Amino acid sequence: MKTRIPITLLIAALLFFAGYAALFIAPDEATMHQIQRIFYFHLSSWMAMFTALSLAFIANVAWLVTRQPKWDWLGVSSVEVGVVSCTAGLITGVLWGRPAWGIWWTWDARLTTCFILWLLYISYLILRGLIEEPQRRATLSAVFGIFAFLDAPLVYVSNRLWRTQHPSPVIFGGQDSGLDPTMGKVLMICMAAMLGVAILVLIDRYRLERLRHELDELRLAADFRAANSNSAVTKGAL
Amino acid sequence: MSTARAAALLLSKELRLEFRTRELLTTTIVFVLVVVVLFSFAFDPTAAESRRYGPGLLWIAFLFAGSLMLNPSFAREQSNQTLDSLRMAPVSPFSILLGKMLANLIFLSMAELILVPVFAVLYNVSLAGVVGRLALVLVLGTSGLVIAGTVFSAIASHARMRELLLPILLLPILAPLLIAAVEATASLFAEQPALDRTWLAFLGGFDIVFLTASWLLSDFLLEE
Repeated sequence: MKTRIPITLLIAALLFFAGYAALFIAPDEATMHQIQRIFYFHLSSWMAMFTALSLAFIANVAWLVTRQPKWDWLGVSSVEVGVVSCTAGLITGVLWGRPAWGIWWTWDARLTTCFILWLLYISYLILRGLIEEPQRRATLSAVFGIFAFLDAPLVYVSNRLWRTQHPSPVIFGGQDSGLDPTMGKVLMICMAAMLGVAILVLIDRYRLERLRHELDELRLAADFRAANSNSAVTKGAL
Repeated sequence: MSTARAAALLLSKELRLEFRTRELLTTTIVFVLVVVVLFSFAFDPTAAESRRYGPGLLWIAFLFAGSLMLNPSFAREQSNQTLDSLRMAPVSPFSILLGKMLANLIFLSMAELILVPVFAVLYNVSLAGVVGRLALVLVLGTSGLVIAGTVFSAIASHARMRELLLPILLLPILAPLLIAAVEATASLFAEQPALDRTWLAFLGGFDIVFLTASWLLSDFLLEE
């Protein structure tokens, strides 16, 4: 707990520096110029989403296998962080698409996949909100989470086969692809910053979920004690 | 008891239950007809237009119908706690799921069997020469719909607002199936019909992935 404030400040500083680096340090891009600078946060959001949703998948499987509540807490926390990162990725993508492609949105494989993922994980959160009993909520949402994760590659492949306009991999593609070294460094800083924010929020969200769980247990215990003392009183009266 | 035998028994129970009242089937058939008629107002169903929009319309109607008719599959076990008795029976949870999947596949296929000819007449689409291949696409597509739908029906049956929840859970998951089924159907509605094997294989793959996952997860899905 003591390290929390320094770490938060560190990540805030990193995020601030990342914003500065993306805006002022990174060189101008050849064709898109200033507009391309959104890319550093666009790609970083997707990295954060990918990390969070993979973590959610691991947590879902781990809950079904071990039944330790911590995996359920991790599952819901990562999905929430994943959805937020996904939203950030979609919004930065739409903002970038308008000046770069001339359209806000196109039904390309990657865009569609991310949009559907966003919908799927929002459904996951809605599902959790609609099941009362904690044990059942954890199990059924874990099952749904696993199906959603399995569906992602299918969505991607189907859209890829269907139609795609997204630029083929520019950065990690082939020999001609690649990034200016300074751009690469700025990208690394932005990714580290976004990942740092995601992990920080994730930890806090996890802690909140654990506290909620503890509160529920305390309430149950209090109800139980109250019920017991009532019955003791009745017995005494008899 | 073997899974296959248990599933067959449960299938016969589902069928008997449904054919006593036929309420699910009648409602579903009327629903898809309503959807198809409403779509005709959204665009002018000439032959050329129908070739363009027809496959999508047909599958959207099936998907909507599925997401509505799969709801009672588990929900109607709840009023008398019959699902608890099923769980107590010495059969694997997957056989319960499989029995329901097969029953739903039969119900939805029956609705499709009525809808497709009506659709062909109303939308001026020629089915001559493609009936066998179309049936293959319909069976593979409907299987995927029903496999995922039955699993999610079990999930949604424990939630509040389950009638609204099931489409929200099911329809996004079925996006790849919709694309594949529409493209495969479109290849058959074209002027020179030729079945697109890539999409057919994709549908088969979808079915296998989802059936395997529901087999692996059936214990958790139906636990008390």
